[in-house]
Amino acid sequence: MASGAVIERGVAGGGGGVRGAGSPAVVCRAVTKSYGVGGSKVVALRGIDLEIASGELMMLVGPSGCGKTTLISVIAGILDRDGGDCSVFGVDFNTMSASARTKFRGRNIGFVFQSFNLIPSLTAAENVAVPLMILGEGRHASVRKGREMLERVGLGERTSSLPTQLSGGQQQRVAIARALVHEPRLIVCDEPTSALDHETGHIIMRLLKEVALKEDRVLVIVTHDSRIFEFADRIAKLDDGEVKSVQTPQEMGVVGEDHK
Amino acid sequence: MILIALKMLVGDRLKYIGLVAGIAFAGLLIVQQASILVGLTHQTGAFIRDTRVADLWVMDDQVRFSQDSLPISDNTLIRTRGVEGVDWAVPLYQGFLKARLPDGTRKVVIVAGIDDATLIGGPPEIIQGELGDLRRDKAIFINQDELDTKFMMKRGGGRAMQVGDVISINDQDAVIAGTYRASKSFFWEPVVYTTYSRALQYAPRERKLMNFVLVKLKPGADLEQVRASIETATGLKARTGDEFIKITGDYILNETGILVNFGLAVGLGFLVGTLVAGQMLYNFTLDNLRYYGTLKAMGASNGRLVLMVLAQAFVVAVLGYGIGLGAGSLLGQVVGEAGLAFMMPWQIPVFGGIAILICCLLAGLISVRRVIALEPAVVFRG
Repeated sequence: MASGAVIERGVAGGGGGVRGAGSPAVVCRAVTKSYGVGGSKVVALRGIDLEIASGELMMLVGPSGCGKTTLISVIAGILDRDGGDCSVFGVDFNTMSASARTKFRGRNIGFVFQSFNLIPSLTAAENVAVPLMILGEGRHASVRKGREMLERVGLGERTSSLPTQLSGGQQQRVAIARALVHEPRLIVCDEPTSALDHETGHIIMRLLKEVALKEDRVLVIVTHDSRIFEFADRIAKLDDGEVKSVQTPQEMGVVGEDHK
Repeated sequence: MILIALKMLVGDRLKYIGLVAGIAFAGLLIVQQASILVGLTHQTGAFIRDTRVADLWVMDDQVRFSQDSLPISDNTLIRTRGVEGVDWAVPLYQGFLKARLPDGTRKVVIVAGIDDATLIGGPPEIIQGELGDLRRDKAIFINQDELDTKFMMKRGGGRAMQVGDVISINDQDAVIAGTYRASKSFFWEPVVYTTYSRALQYAPRERKLMNFVLVKLKPGADLEQVRASIETATGLKARTGDEFIKITGDYILNETGILVNFGLAVGLGFLVGTLVAGQMLYNFTLDNLRYYGTLKAMGASNGRLVLMVLAQAFVVAVLGYGIGLGAGSLLGQVVGEAGLAFMMPWQIPVFGGIAILICCLLAGLISVRRVIALEPAVVFRG
């Protein structure tokens, strides 16, 4: 049951105390969420308890339909929970107006999607600049910062390329640059490596760890891809809408070629 | 964000071209059909407009349009001239008569008989000969532009009519003494000018033959007062040229069905434009829903997304209508040179543009509802 898998930072058995006792950036308590009503009601989250600390890379894993995507959507403030509490950097989305929540997301959350979701008609630099433009920054300044960010992810030569002119790995790098360009504190990634081959997946994960992860930043990754578990600080296993366990990769017996 | 919207718009070339082309076609239909309608309506008053010299036209009050030649008494002329404030008054005959060209071709012509003494009411521009030539024996003037069209002799090898040729009007000889140029007329029958007395000779015998009295007011005379006095003195109707043009236009529009026909075409253009633009904009928005969802998740407000969609609608409306308007104007130039009716007053492009813009923005608003209702969490559902 979820309560048994509650992760308290620094509590033995609750994830191995991977990092120091960082203040919890994401706190979920008894979070529930269901879709539909009556006979067609599907319970996606059955009382999730989870804490994620600043500077931590948390992976959410589990079989399809276990509630990973629903949980990451609730954490990112793009889906309302039905019950329980959930705060991100001390802010509870359910107490905010829709407009305030949208602004908060724009300022504090970066997204990386499985299928990249890059706008096909924009260049790589323009795609990266989008979050800055959403925040009201001028086009030229945004695109300039976009170029700089692309250089940081190793795509300095492809700033003017359209997404269709880039490989899958390069597109995901652009997506990562887009997720980071506005310096968000929470980065949520949905299956960031599932559309990529093994080697490219590892390159992307190394990049995420090197560029995205900082002491004041949280990285939450939903994945099926066991090949990248080694990159996590902790891994929360979900099943049937509940957190079944939270462990470090070592506790799970994951040995990776690239691990830290 | 507007720039992103526009890049999204032009990025999908095929849809973008389809959208602009659909709106251009609708704009072309609206502009072209409306301009032809206005052109035709304008042409109905051509004969009156070319007789601008008259301040008032005295006529039977049953007259409905310029070629509706109802007879009035010869006394009308004397009575009108007796009204205070009238500088001069001249008779005008106008009637549909049968004519035969030298090769035997038969046609109906409108014979305009103008005052013998003053030749007031004659054609606006003389091309060959002089207006005074009308006083020569059996003289008539025909339209220069109709020499090789309506007066083309097609039999016996074919030849255009020319000055000096003799035609027959009601079995009486008429010599072409000159040619004139006049405004294009809605009425198909060619207008043949001659003197009033000769026109009466051509016309079939009737008790009354005069159709109109053209009146010029003395300088400073009050038009309404003179009009009232003429109507009292003659028992007829006195209309200004503009009023006569208006009732002629109204009659043609309302009695011939032309308004309904062209109105349907304009309406169809608007409908096609609305449906095409609406459908394509809607599809375009749906196709991009994933990206709107991404933008929404990344913090773009509904207001911004609405602006993006409306900016796309605005741009395709302006571009499409611009192309449609340009094509319509070009077409107008071509058909205008061919002598067909086409007139585009400023109201047509302005109101046509407003109509297209409204229909595009409405289409945009309909499609934007999907964006507003979009749950940002959809971006994680593949």
